[in-house]
Amino acid sequence: MTDQPMVRFDNVSKRYGPLTVLDGLNLDIMRGEKVSVIGPSGSGKTTVLRMLMTLEKINDGVIWVEGEPLTHMERNGKLVPADLAHVRRVRGKIGMVFQSFNLFPHMTAMQNCIEAPVTVLGMKRAEAEARAAELLGMVGLSQKKDHYPSQLSGGQQQRVAIARALAMRPKIMLFDEVTSALDPELVGEVLQVIRQIGREHDLTMLMVTHQMGFAREFSDRVCFFYQGKICEQGPPAELFGAPKNERTRQFLNAVLEAG
Amino acid sequence: MGIPTLVAMLVAALAVIGVLSFREEYSLFVPGLLQGAVLTLQIAVLGSLLAVVMGVLAALARLYGPAPLRWLATVYVEIFRGTSALVQLFWLFFVLPQFGVTLDAFPVAVLALGLNVGAYGSEVVRGAIQSVPRGQWEASTALNMSRPQMLRRIILPQAFIAMIPPWGNLFIELLKSTALVSLITLSDLAFRAQQMNQTTLKTVPIFTLVLLMYLVMSLAITIVMRLLERRASLGLARGRAA
Repeated sequence: MTDQPMVRFDNVSKRYGPLTVLDGLNLDIMRGEKVSVIGPSGSGKTTVLRMLMTLEKINDGVIWVEGEPLTHMERNGKLVPADLAHVRRVRGKIGMVFQSFNLFPHMTAMQNCIEAPVTVLGMKRAEAEARAAELLGMVGLSQKKDHYPSQLSGGQQQRVAIARALAMRPKIMLFDEVTSALDPELVGEVLQVIRQIGREHDLTMLMVTHQMGFAREFSDRVCFFYQGKICEQGPPAELFGAPKNERTRQFLNAVLEAG
Repeated sequence: MGIPTLVAMLVAALAVIGVLSFREEYSLFVPGLLQGAVLTLQIAVLGSLLAVVMGVLAALARLYGPAPLRWLATVYVEIFRGTSALVQLFWLFFVLPQFGVTLDAFPVAVLALGLNVGAYGSEVVRGAIQSVPRGQWEASTALNMSRPQMLRRIILPQAFIAMIPPWGNLFIELLKSTALVSLITLSDLAFRAQQMNQTTLKTVPIFTLVLLMYLVMSLAITIVMRLLERRASLGLARGRAA
């Protein structure tokens, strides 16, 4: 069981009309593995996360989570498209942090963090608050728990969003360009939090990022996406140090020049 | 316009009514018109409540209901929005009895105006729900909430704020449409005014009082809606200032 992947994309395709965004993706992510996804815009990298979070329907293939199909369910030995109850059961293992934070603006930081634990998991309010206070402390926002999102800086909002996702005790965390909407001086505080939860939690993490330095230092593996396919993947030292593929080299050169 | 200004207008209108009712050529008409105003207010309030219920139900049915419910809601909205309130009143009051359904004038008035405004209101509700950013749905999905949980806890509270001003408009529209109910035998404010005018020809005092009474009621609606808006957007507004 231990060598069973936490997440498996099995020949997954995604199309929007005539446009193929992902073309027969095969990707296994192991328990506790930190995987970064890089690539030019339009390469399908965000779609990978959104499909796993069930925000996008897939057109072909099957996504598995801990050996269980997410997009499908078993009926009489065959895989049929999953119903909502099944999706919700499996989806509970996954949490996601968005580029644009997406905090609930009508709730304080604390309320944001206890909402789903109380309504979805049926946790007692006091228990949820204790847990949320702990998480807000971990992201360095104990003092801001009664603030509304619009009273917080972008970096603070994103840290609340991370605490909110962690409050659901996911096994897999998805980070979708979580620093792209931030002012440059606020990027560091968010990356610091991600580093920390990477160390402290036994989480499987999949992140789409433009922070090449962070991807290199933080991840166990980096996948370079190009035109809906994984063009090259490997340990960060190899992929960044000695990219084999011409496309990867071009992309990294372009990014490094810009950055 | 701020709430204090609105309250000042309301107080001024009430004061003018008060002062005028000490004058003989006005005081004569005040009790009768007030009776009419009470009926107008009853129809307006009950009709508005019905409109909100219908508006929310029709919007939710059209957005998230199964196909038959969706069609039903669309038929309701299009019929009641697409024909005049007057025709609806006549239908419910004069035509339905031909099919064996006889209703009193008062329930017909509430029903017709409530259903009519509810049809408009459903579009207000639908628009407000759809104006909530997609990211809010996605965040709720990522937190594994069910559709009803998302709607109740995340989407509707945010849509609610956007709905308040247009609903205020509709409530005032409804208040003014109550003048139609005299055509189905009810003695509302407008009807009493017309009746008094026909018998006494005291046009100026009668219609001055009527104008002020309608104004008081619509100002009251506006003030309530503004208070509601302020209360609902407390968290959001507080943040905007920071």
